[in-house]
Amino acid sequence: MEDLLNAVIVLCNFVMIPAIAYGSQLALGALGVTLVYGVLRFSNFAHGDTMAFGTMITILVTRWLQSVGLTLGSLPTALIGLPIGIAATAVLLLGTDRVVYRFYRLRKSDPIIFTISSVGVMFVLNGLVRLVIGPEHQRFSDGARFVIRAREFKEITGFSEGFSINVPQSITVILTLIAVASLFWFMKQTRTGKSMRALADNEDLATLCGINAERVVAITWIIAAALTTTAGVLYGLDKGFKPFTYFQLLLPIFAAAIVGGLGNPLGAIAGGFIISFSEISITYAFKKFLGYVLPQSLQPEHLVQLLSTDYKLAVSFAILVLVLLFKPTGIFRGRAP
Amino acid sequence: MSLLIGENMTGGYEGVDILHQCTVRAEEGEISVIVGPNGAGKSTAMKAIFGMVGLHSGTVWINGEDITRLSPQDRVSRGMAFVPQTNNVFTSMTVEENLEMGAFLRRDRIPETLDQVYQLFPALKDKRRQPAGELSGGQRQQVAIGRGLMTLPKVLMLDEPTAGVSPIVKDELMYRITEVVRTGVSILMVEQNARQALSIADTGYVLVQGKNHYTGAGPSLLQDPDVRRSFLGG
Amino acid sequence: MNPKNLALFAVVFAMLVLVGLLQSWTVALTILNLCLISAIMSLGVNVQWGYAGLFNFGAMGFVALGGVAAVIVSMPPVGEAWAAGGVRVTAALLVGAGTIVGSIYTWKSLQPGRKRWMILIGMAGTGFFLFRFLFDPAVAAIENVNPAATGYLGGLGLPILLAWPVGGLLAAGAAWVVGKTALGLRSDYLAIATFGISEIIIVVIKNEDWLTRGVKNVIGLPRPVAYEVDLQKTDAFLTWAPRLGMDPVELSSIFVKLSYAILFTLVLVVIVWLSQKALASPWGRMMRAIRDNETAAGAMGKNVTARHLQVFILGSAICGVAGAMLTTLDGQLTPGSYQPLRFTFLIWVMVIVGGSGNNWGSILGGFVIWFLWVEVEPVGRWLMDTVTADLPEGSALRLHLVNAAAHMRLVVMGVILLLVLRFFPRGLIPGK
Repeated sequence: MEDLLNAVIVLCNFVMIPAIAYGSQLALGALGVTLVYGVLRFSNFAHGDTMAFGTMITILVTRWLQSVGLTLGSLPTALIGLPIGIAATAVLLLGTDRVVYRFYRLRKSDPIIFTISSVGVMFVLNGLVRLVIGPEHQRFSDGARFVIRAREFKEITGFSEGFSINVPQSITVILTLIAVASLFWFMKQTRTGKSMRALADNEDLATLCGINAERVVAITWIIAAALTTTAGVLYGLDKGFKPFTYFQLLLPIFAAAIVGGLGNPLGAIAGGFIISFSEISITYAFKKFLGYVLPQSLQPEHLVQLLSTDYKLAVSFAILVLVLLFKPTGIFRGRAP
Repeated sequence: MSLLIGENMTGGYEGVDILHQCTVRAEEGEISVIVGPNGAGKSTAMKAIFGMVGLHSGTVWINGEDITRLSPQDRVSRGMAFVPQTNNVFTSMTVEENLEMGAFLRRDRIPETLDQVYQLFPALKDKRRQPAGELSGGQRQQVAIGRGLMTLPKVLMLDEPTAGVSPIVKDELMYRITEVVRTGVSILMVEQNARQALSIADTGYVLVQGKNHYTGAGPSLLQDPDVRRSFLGG
Repeated sequence: MNPKNLALFAVVFAMLVLVGLLQSWTVALTILNLCLISAIMSLGVNVQWGYAGLFNFGAMGFVALGGVAAVIVSMPPVGEAWAAGGVRVTAALLVGAGTIVGSIYTWKSLQPGRKRWMILIGMAGTGFFLFRFLFDPAVAAIENVNPAATGYLGGLGLPILLAWPVGGLLAAGAAWVVGKTALGLRSDYLAIATFGISEIIIVVIKNEDWLTRGVKNVIGLPRPVAYEVDLQKTDAFLTWAPRLGMDPVELSSIFVKLSYAILFTLVLVVIVWLSQKALASPWGRMMRAIRDNETAAGAMGKNVTARHLQVFILGSAICGVAGAMLTTLDGQLTPGSYQPLRFTFLIWVMVIVGGSGNNWGSILGGFVIWFLWVEVEPVGRWLMDTVTADLPEGSALRLHLVNAAAHMRLVVMGVILLLVLRFFPRGLIPGK
């Protein structure tokens, strides 16, 4: 019995908790992609770099706050910087919309043109972030590191396996819950939120109802800024910030949004967790876990790992490609490709 | 003075004129119907009145105000509502949300209007929490008409409301439309099914190749031997 | 070609000459060589996008496969590694391929239902574990053979020039698989799928050390042209250098780079000639008809899917050839250097700036954009130096700005793409 509990602890510690945190971060990112796709009807390749931009601003504000001695005690200072990061990103996204996308929107250009211009925006942001903060990996998380420490857990419970939850992981889950709940409340309950869904659903009819498309587009960008920056800051608190990593996050985020069905917010959240759980469980070595579960005679000698951890990113791409091939509208129905 | 007048309208799409000196009116509290053969410009005439088709001559009036240059949205605020023939509901939104979107521009309280719409279309009340995309064709049309009514329009413009629904549903829809008129809303509609439409019409406009061919009270047009011969198949 | 286009090309060459005069001829030739390779890559993407409207964001993967071909063709085989696990790894790969083909066949031949799923999962699972059983020890054995120097199977020891067509074939093979599966998708979805697939290819190359040494890199690939040190030993060279007023070292480097430039130009000419022929042929007309109106072309009985597959394979093969050429020029395979910004999106900038649908446009785009990509950095550094001249020596801001100049080129590329898209959406040399 104790073996079984130890096995469960191992699984929670190394698969469940990290996957929930990473999945939440992906879900927030994918929500941004899916909202922009729903309302503006294109895949925004600049999304990863937008995330890097928002995180960068938050880091800069955090550094400044730390330098004047303003911190949040055991919580990371970046939480104070986050709203400023969001505001700056919102200004950036509204700015790019004004100088880049609006022109094509008014001319009703092909979505492909939007996607190609988002590549242009991606280049600019990518360069800008490296110009300002540099391409190196950096950490900006301060305050306490753990909510539950592995050693303390062992001492208190007497289990041989440790169990830990760190502060960024718990903040991630709490903030994601708040963000998702308020997003859904906004979309379902408010006039503006409903008009956003109406525009995403049927543009012509929405115009007939007197819904101002430009206003809805602006609100969409602002919400995308909030979600994206939050996702980026949470990921950075958890694993550190590096511009190239953020650019690469584009793929698991796209994967999450598509797996859930592009344009479908509920799907984006589900997609985020599907991707994170697959990435982590397919590349996790189950040796220790099986060691507790199986009888002595069947103990595995190998790591019992389906794929090496280097293939973590490849897992999300593979799921993405499989979903695109077999069910392109995603698990929750999104817009047909 | 008629409530809504599209007078001597000439225009069309991308330089090709479809309407030629075409005149259509909607009278206070009446049903006006535009009928005619395929390609006669029926829908174009209606869209021109709503500002979705460019006119290079002619005038559109509502309540004596010249609205020829106004955008469709501005015409909504002047008391016009337009229900397109297809894609006329938000499929992913519930019936009630569809209706609320109809009232998007209104700043006053809307529950009374919602109740009125549910009284006109009782079937919708039962399904008000269902996504409109899951409804049958006839019910979708009811949602679409209901959405139009939510703006509290003076005149409701329907583009072929009975296209693609079964005959029984057609009858029911026609009946509902006459009920709508009883609440004081004028109706201007385009119909493929001329016989049925003219039978409930106070005024009928028969268009041929973008021109007015016959105009008159609906039932009298139905009796007219010329109209019968040329459009109603004898 | 009309005078305007000729003038555009003349400007690019004048810029290269200017670099030769102001910086050095070695730099100018280095840029030229990569311009030529870039032009080929951009032709490859243009064949897909400009001819057929296929939105492929996976050029990087095919370029990298070309690089792998260079290693497999030219490096000497590592006998010890083959002895250690060659047979077993081959068997593993055959089992892997067999499992995939078998699964697809079973899936297609069985009736839908739970039974089909059970059989499929059973088959794929068994295949996977058998594959891992054969594969893992073989890989470990191979990678254990002198890991610092080899640790991989090596290649075939053939002349590296052979790798160029082989790189094309390898890329074409991969493109067949990718195209078969992903071409049913349209626009954005195809772009994301190919983007994902290209990343998978890179991850595999980075991690399958037994094949490519992964991030340990394969260095010292044989060359198709002379080595500088050998040239410097020849008498002719030592007599010519002073006459040209050059240092023998410099001259030898120029000679080597020129030899590459000639080879690359030859390949470019052949590919352009073939592309122009193809574009003017009935096949090319049909491609354009399909691009302009897929539904109508399909209704007229054209097999749209088959044509798309053809053009996807062709374009990818061209990228593969260019990838093999690039690795040959570098003399090494460094999987870590394959980044989508550089090998997928930059190529797209070339195609869009040059003018999609036009081969000459793509070549011009390749030249212009590569030139800027390289030269923005020194110009940016100079700019930063000038701007920060008043700041004290060693000031943190100054240091930061000067160091950051390298990232300017990303910004510049983005701005160029956006400006061209907005103000010259048909590019420098518009297609028909």
